[in-house]
Amino acid sequence: MSEPNTLLERQQSIAHPMAETDSAALAALVRRRRRRRWLINALRLLLLVALIGGWELGARLGLIDSFFWGRPSGIWQQLVTWVLHGTAQGPLWVQIAMTLEEALLGFLIGVVLGISFGVLLGRNAFLAELLGPYIKAANSIPRVTLAPLFAIGLGLGSQSKVALAVVLVFFIVFFNAFQGVREVDRNLLANARILGANRWQLFREVILPSALTWIIASLHTSFSFALVGAVVGEFVGSIEGIGLLIQNAGATFNANGVFAAMLILAAVALLSEIVITALERRLLRWRPTALSEVTL
Amino acid sequence: MQHPQRNLSPASSPTPRSPAQEVPSTRYSKDSTPVIELRQVTKRFLTPGGQTYTALRDLSLSVAPGEFCALIGPTGCGKSTTLSLIAGLDTPSAGSVLVMGEEVHGNDPRIGYVFQTDAVFPWKNVLHNVAAGPLFRGVPRREALERARSWIARVGLAGFEDRYPHQLSGGMRKRVALAQTFINEPQILLMDEPFSALDVQTRTLMENELLQLWSALSASVVFVTHDLEEAIALADRVCVLTAGPATVKGIYTIDLPRPRNVAEIRFDPRFVQLYHDIWEDLRDEVMISYERAKHSS
Ligand SMILES: Nc1ncnc2c1ncn2[C@@H]1O[C@H](COP(=O)(O)OP(=O)(O)OP(=O)(O)O)[C@@H](O)[C@H]1O
Ligand SMILES: [Mg+2]
Repeated sequence: MSEPNTLLERQQSIAHPMAETDSAALAALVRRRRRRRWLINALRLLLLVALIGGWELGARLGLIDSFFWGRPSGIWQQLVTWVLHGTAQGPLWVQIAMTLEEALLGFLIGVVLGISFGVLLGRNAFLAELLGPYIKAANSIPRVTLAPLFAIGLGLGSQSKVALAVVLVFFIVFFNAFQGVREVDRNLLANARILGANRWQLFREVILPSALTWIIASLHTSFSFALVGAVVGEFVGSIEGIGLLIQNAGATFNANGVFAAMLILAAVALLSEIVITALERRLLRWRPTALSEVTL
Repeated sequence: MQHPQRNLSPASSPTPRSPAQEVPSTRYSKDSTPVIELRQVTKRFLTPGGQTYTALRDLSLSVAPGEFCALIGPTGCGKSTTLSLIAGLDTPSAGSVLVMGEEVHGNDPRIGYVFQTDAVFPWKNVLHNVAAGPLFRGVPRREALERARSWIARVGLAGFEDRYPHQLSGGMRKRVALAQTFINEPQILLMDEPFSALDVQTRTLMENELLQLWSALSASVVFVTHDLEEAIALADRVCVLTAGPATVKGIYTIDLPRPRNVAEIRFDPRFVQLYHDIWEDLRDEVMISYERAKHSS
C-alpha cells in the first residue's frame, strides 16, 4: 500500500465509535421496543374481536338485519361450505386461481407497458409534449366503464378481464414512471456522464434506480387495481371466478356469500402486498426509510 | 505537441485588463499547448422570466499542462458555470472553449469533475460508487473493485465499503466523491469547492493529499474556491473573477516553493504578502456582489 496516508489512517482509527456501544442501553432499547410491539398487536386483536363480536351480537339481538347485512358466523359457515363442498360454479380454489391469474397477468402486462411508455416519454420531451393532452384525456375517462366493451370485443373468457386489468394498471404505473424519470437529479446524470457512462449505462445505473422509487410506490396500488379489473370484468360476464361468485351471491340475496368472497379477495390482496413490500425492501435497500414503513 | 493556432492567439493577450503578473513557473512549461483554453467566452442563461442573464462575459483563461489553477470570486459570479463549460456539460453562447487544443463537444474521458453539490449515487454503496467510473469504462469487475478498495483506503474510508451514502456524514460523502473522481486518473481535474463541507482538520489533510495526488498524476487542475487562503496554499496561479458577469480581474502567480505543507505555509511571510495583494482585488468584487444582493432583496 502507499505510504503517504498515515495521518488519514490514524484519523480513521477513531472513526469507529460504534464498536464500544453500551450493551446495557442497547438491551433496554430492544426490550422497550419489543414491549411496544406486543402491546400494539394485543390492542389490534382486541379491536378485531370487538368489531366482529359487536356485529355478531347486533345480528343476534336483531339490531342488525342479518338478511341484508350478513353476520360473522354465517360468513364463516359459507367459507367452510365453499372450502369443503365447493361452490355452485365448481371448486373454490379454481375460482381463486382464475381471478388471480387474470389479475396477475393484467398486472404484469400493465406494469411492463406502463414502465416502457413512462420511460420513453420521460426521456423524450418532444413525444411527451406531443402525446401529453391525449394521455391526460385518456386518463380522465373512468376506465371501469370499458368492461362491457371488452366483454363484447374479447368474449366471456379471461382475455376481457386481463384487458381491463391492464388498462387500470397501465395509467398508474405510467404516470409514476414518467414522473420518476423526469425527477432524476441532473447532477447525478452529469456525474455519471463525466465518469464515463454511455447511454445504456446512464439508463440502467442512474435513471432506472432513481425512477424505481416512484415505480415501486405505484405497484402497491396497482395490484389492487388489477384485482378490481379482474373482478369487475367477471361481474360483467364470465363463466368462472370470484367476481362471478359475488355476482351470484348478490343475485340470490346471500349477503354472507358476498362478504365471504370479499374476505377471500382481501386475503389475496394482502398476500400480494406482502410480496410487493418484500420486493420494495430488496430493491430500495439504499433508501433511508422504505416507503412502506412511513405509511401504515 | 504542435498546434497551428498557438502563436496566433496566446491565451493572455486578448485580455488587456489582466495585469501582467505572470512569471513563468518552474513546474510547467509555458510554451506547450495550453491544456485548457477559454477564449472570450460569454455565457447567457434564459431566466424563467424570459430574459437573458449573462453569467460570463468575455472570459479568457488558459491552464498549462500540469498547472494548478485556482478560480476565486464572489458567490454567484459564474465559477461553476465556467467549470461546466470546460467539462462539456454546457456550451458557451459566444467564444470558444478548447481542451488539449480542440474545441470541446460532449464529454471528454480525460476530464474528472468533483461537483459542488452532492453527486454520489444514493443507490450504490461506497464501494460501487467509487468503482463506478472504471466499471462504466469497461475495466473488468474484479480489477475495478480492487482499485476502488485501495482508493477508499486512501481517502480514509476503509471499513465503510458497504455503507450507502445516506449512512455517511457530509464530509465522508465528499471523500467518496473525491475517490470516485481520482480513480479514473484524469489528466484534467475540475474541482468545485470540494472541501467546503469538511471540518478544518480533515480539510487540511485532504488538501495535502490532493497536492500529492496532483503531483503523482501530473494532472492540470482548475480548483474553484471561496477561500483565498486555500487558493494560495494550493495553486500555482490564482485567478480572481469579477462579480457576475464574470470576467478575469487579475491573475496572480503563486511563487511559493513546493512541495508545500498546507497547514504550515499559511505562516510564510510571502504567503501573507500574496494574500494581502489578492485580497485588495477580491474585496472590491465581494463588496459589489454583496451590495447587489442587498439591493435585490
Ligand atoms: N441554468 C441556469 N439558468 C439561469 N441562470 C443560471 C443557471 N445556472 C447558473 N445561473 C446563474 O449564473 C450565475 C452564476 O452561477 P454559478 O453557479 O456559476 O455561480 P458560482 O460562481 O459557482 O457561485 P457559488 O460560489 O455560490 O457556487 C448565477 O447568478 C446563477 O443564478
Ligand atoms: Mg458554484
